Amino acid sequence: MSGTRLRLLSVATVITLIAGYSLAAFYAPMDADQGFIQKIFYLHVPMAIVALCGFVLAGIFAILQLRTDDSKWDLRSYVAIHVSIILGVGVLITGAIWAKASWGHWWVWDEPTLVSFLIVFLLYGTYTPLRFSIEDRTKQARYASVFAITAGAFVPLNFAAVRAATATVHPRTFDRTGNLPGKMALAFLVCFVGMAFLYWLLFEYEIAHKTTVARLRALKRKLADDDDGARARRSAAPELQVS
Amino acid sequence: MRPAVSALLRKELRLELRTFQVIPAMALFSITTLIVFHFSLDEDAIDGKLAAGVLTITLLFSAILGINRLFVSDHEEDGFDGFLLAPVDRTALLVAKAIALFAFLVVLEVVAVPAFDVMLLDPELLSADAIGQTALTLLLANLALAIVGTLVGALAIQTRARDLIVPLIALPLLLPVVIGTAKLLAPTFAAAGAEALPGRWLAILALYDLVFGLLAYAVFDFLIED
Repeated sequence: MSGTRLRLLSVATVITLIAGYSLAAFYAPMDADQGFIQKIFYLHVPMAIVALCGFVLAGIFAILQLRTDDSKWDLRSYVAIHVSIILGVGVLITGAIWAKASWGHWWVWDEPTLVSFLIVFLLYGTYTPLRFSIEDRTKQARYASVFAITAGAFVPLNFAAVRAATATVHPRTFDRTGNLPGKMALAFLVCFVGMAFLYWLLFEYEIAHKTTVARLRALKRKLADDDDGARARRSAAPELQVS
Repeated sequence: MRPAVSALLRKELRLELRTFQVIPAMALFSITTLIVFHFSLDEDAIDGKLAAGVLTITLLFSAILGINRLFVSDHEEDGFDGFLLAPVDRTALLVAKAIALFAFLVVLEVVAVPAFDVMLLDPELLSADAIGQTALTLLLANLALAIVGTLVGALAIQTRARDLIVPLIALPLLLPVVIGTAKLLAPTFAAAGAEALPGRWLAILALYDLVFGLLAYAVFDFLIED
């Protein structure tokens, strides 16, 4: 995706996000119990869901990479994990702020939802070091894909295990209907769509950037007529094959 | 596949019996860790959650040592090439390595659990119930350690920073196992005598074993292509 479509997606993302957070701030009713701090819900929950879906998505891209051996899927898997990790930092920070405000502590250990998110986050934190320590590009793509599939399957399993354990204070957003009043649900939904758009946008931007760099390198290689000058540095990012 | 697995397993066990590289190191490390726990906790006898945590962590860290060494000889002595030349299913290597690691862990526990019992556990807590429950819990935990360990070991062997990558990936992946094992051992070592095992955590450990077993079966082939 490039040019006009990328611009369109950017505009759609900005509009949805502004609409979503305006709804959250002015339209959705104030939480009777927590007051204004509850508004962070519209940021924290969509971000967490989108980040986790991104991890699973990366696993699906990794399956395609192993099936087709096409470096474009490796790039997608890498970028999906990269963007999800960035959102994951946001989830941990907003979660900590919310926890401090409503439970009185920055971090609560006996709360499985928090712990399981942290486990997933730490696991994906090792993805880049793993890639970086494999020099051979085809091996790097294959091993990173195996990691992404394993970890992608681990995400839902981890959360299933966590749900089985008793929870104390972390709210379950979607455990039964009627948990969210209509106005709140609408604001949440728009925020969620906006966050999904944001993920998609960041994803497409990074793909566009990486593709451009690969094209540029291929052109340089042709110009210089030798492999030495334009050879890629050792890097954790996948190398895209451009003809 | 059975002849290939048994041949590989025999090779694995013979190698260990001739060199004694992995198991003595794991056993020694586990006892050292228990001594470290004894002095850092400054307790003579522990029970309940604390005892469960100490035993779980000791076994986990010792297992990491074994996982680190699991594929080293194959990598350094070109065992992978020999295996790939043989006309057998690649899954055979996964199964053989996982069984070998499982056996190493059982030997480790035969040393480490009695040592833990003598050195740290409250002596009044030893009962037939406690021994049976510990054995059942460790059986499920070993299965998970063996499967995930084989997968991570095979993943890490091709990287330059092998010894760094194994604990980095294995620890978060094994955290549900750690939580489950600790939750299962805590009532076993309860101060008032062994209580029944919480069924939910048994189910979670078994589910983890099943899912990672299938997953390892699905992706292992890609790790030894070349």
